[in-house]
Amino acid sequence: MPKVTFRTDWCKGCGLCAMVCPKQIIVIAKDKINQKGHSPAEITDQSKCIGCAFCATMCPDCIIKVEK
Amino acid sequence: MSEKVLMKGNEAIAEAAILAGCRHYFGYPITPQTEIAAYMAKKMPKIGGCFLQAESEIAAINMVYGVAGAGKRVMTSSSSPGISLKSEGLSYLAGSDLPALVVNVQRGGPGLGGIQPSQSDYFQATKGGGHGDYKMIVLAPSSVQEMASLTVKGFDLADKYRMTAMILADGTTGQMMEPVNLSEVEVQHYEKPWAVTGTKMERPHNIVNSLFLEPEELEKNNFARFERYKQIEENEVMVEEYLMDDAELCVVAFGIAARVSKNAINEARKKGIKVGLIRPITLWPFPKKTLLAAAEHVKQFISVELNMGQMVEDIELATRCKRPVTLCNRTGGMIPSPAQVLAAIEEADKGGQA
Amino acid sequence: MVVFEKPKSLCDVPLHYCPGCTHGIIHRLVAEAIDELGIEGKTIGVAPVGCAVMAYNYFNCDMVEAAHGRAPAVATGIKRADPENIVFSYQGDGDLASIGTAETVHAATRNENITVIFVNNAIYGMTGGQMAPTTLPGQVTQTSPYGRDVNHCGYPVKISEMLSQLEGPEYIERVAVNNVKNIRAAKKAIKKAFQNQVEGKGFSLIEVISSCPTNWGLSPEKALQWLEENMIPYYPLGVYKDRTAQKEAEAK
Repeated sequence: MPKVTFRTDWCKGCGLCAMVCPKQIIVIAKDKINQKGHSPAEITDQSKCIGCAFCATMCPDCIIKVEK
Repeated sequence: MSEKVLMKGNEAIAEAAILAGCRHYFGYPITPQTEIAAYMAKKMPKIGGCFLQAESEIAAINMVYGVAGAGKRVMTSSSSPGISLKSEGLSYLAGSDLPALVVNVQRGGPGLGGIQPSQSDYFQATKGGGHGDYKMIVLAPSSVQEMASLTVKGFDLADKYRMTAMILADGTTGQMMEPVNLSEVEVQHYEKPWAVTGTKMERPHNIVNSLFLEPEELEKNNFARFERYKQIEENEVMVEEYLMDDAELCVVAFGIAARVSKNAINEARKKGIKVGLIRPITLWPFPKKTLLAAAEHVKQFISVELNMGQMVEDIELATRCKRPVTLCNRTGGMIPSPAQVLAAIEEADKGGQA
Repeated sequence: MVVFEKPKSLCDVPLHYCPGCTHGIIHRLVAEAIDELGIEGKTIGVAPVGCAVMAYNYFNCDMVEAAHGRAPAVATGIKRADPENIVFSYQGDGDLASIGTAETVHAATRNENITVIFVNNAIYGMTGGQMAPTTLPGQVTQTSPYGRDVNHCGYPVKISEMLSQLEGPEYIERVAVNNVKNIRAAKKAIKKAFQNQVEGKGFSLIEVISSCPTNWGLSPEKALQWLEENMIPYYPLGVYKDRTAQKEAEAK
């Protein structure tokens, strides 16, 4: 089962991962804020993840790990 | 073996550099030092070294920066306008604590100036030239033999203190031919654990860098660098004193000016004038102690230079203005004659400040 | 099974770049190429002056910080000091295509066996968004507030086109990092540029069309759209020079 993990404390909330996610299951959590002062990306429904790694490919901060 | 060979000053520098273990030379053609590049172009491929004619002096000094960062002995040479172009690189070498040898066979300036001998880059060499708080070790040869021996010395000092050593020569010493003994060259070796040689996955990465955005850190580095400079001032001063024991007048001159001055001093001595010579071999560190000691027994200093008197204020500072310092000079590519220097000595001897 | 994680040649530290800045993607692609070729222990990188000035903190291999524009000359020195080592420079458009044009052209024409990663985002990012040599005609920047007037300050420099006219260089390709497909193509190009060096083929330059959301005044997503609509038409992607492929084609 594919699994995506975000290193949330380094996320800058740029949203490029959400932009490319084919399943539209990544959002920028506007109600949260990390130590850097950014609203981080988070996954809404892990079960829908297909492990395509588009999000990780697009992430400029290399904070996404994808497992299958 | 102490065989002497007849060599041009510029060639002596090149051959001595090779003997000192330098296998990388980068340069851009400029008169009057191009013999160094030509010599390297001929020799380097035959000994597994690298001669590369760069697209500019700026590129050449940055190639030097690369090889120095990689921990190998490296040099470039140029003449005055070219050194101005290299000054950016000299500042970066200082900021990154990299050792390199840079040769300046000076010609007249400012601007494009001329191609005749000069010493008018004294300020540029001894006070920095590029931006920021830094020094270079500045060596001033006055014979072809010294062109060779100071080149070897320059490489050693550069490695020892992780900084640039500059040979500050002039068009005359570069072009003249004299017998040289190259058989007694002793070369020191220094470990360079800081160099970028590839981690081989055995150590953390090395970084060669002069950027420190935290002012506290940059200040700390500058303080540490100037502590090293203090040691150099303490331990590495080189100076020649000639007929100074009983001298009442003191000529101060380096490079070609010192040779002219010696002739004049010999003539003056024949006339009974007690005059001697202090010849700084290291222009930085400047032989302050020797000059201060001389100020106790001479009544006047005469600075003989191929410029508008750039060394005068260093003499005044070293002697704490205890005695007057006069200037005997030519500039723009002209060289003072022994007669001109003798006249200055005679004038001083009469009590007038020539 | 891990299908994607941070490459080992990247240090485990956060990057200082602005949110959505594509420098991070390009750093990662370089690190992936180094990892896959197994060359980290003998690779030496040269950082520029510009936004990527602190790249020396991000790559695990030995690193040198060069003066503005001089990275190809510094890389030349490092490579000549030990030709067995793999040397790359990482430079922005101001660094490579303005102040360092001479160093770039001459390293290329010497076919210096180095790899150059050229990040073109059409603006000076670090100093706050001034006109770059690659700023598009009409593009508004801090120093072209009425749009780049080509009659006043000339046209953008097309580095890949320009360098491919030289006989010297081995490989010149322009790629972009605006979407997953292009990022994968960019990765392939960057890896080839390193592979060429490993094989001793000579100078490879990969021009990477990238974005600067902060100084373009756009969101990261809008910036990538702008890149696609404006940058790529002006700077067409593709292989501009591949000497080995040319030779092979001629041999047939």
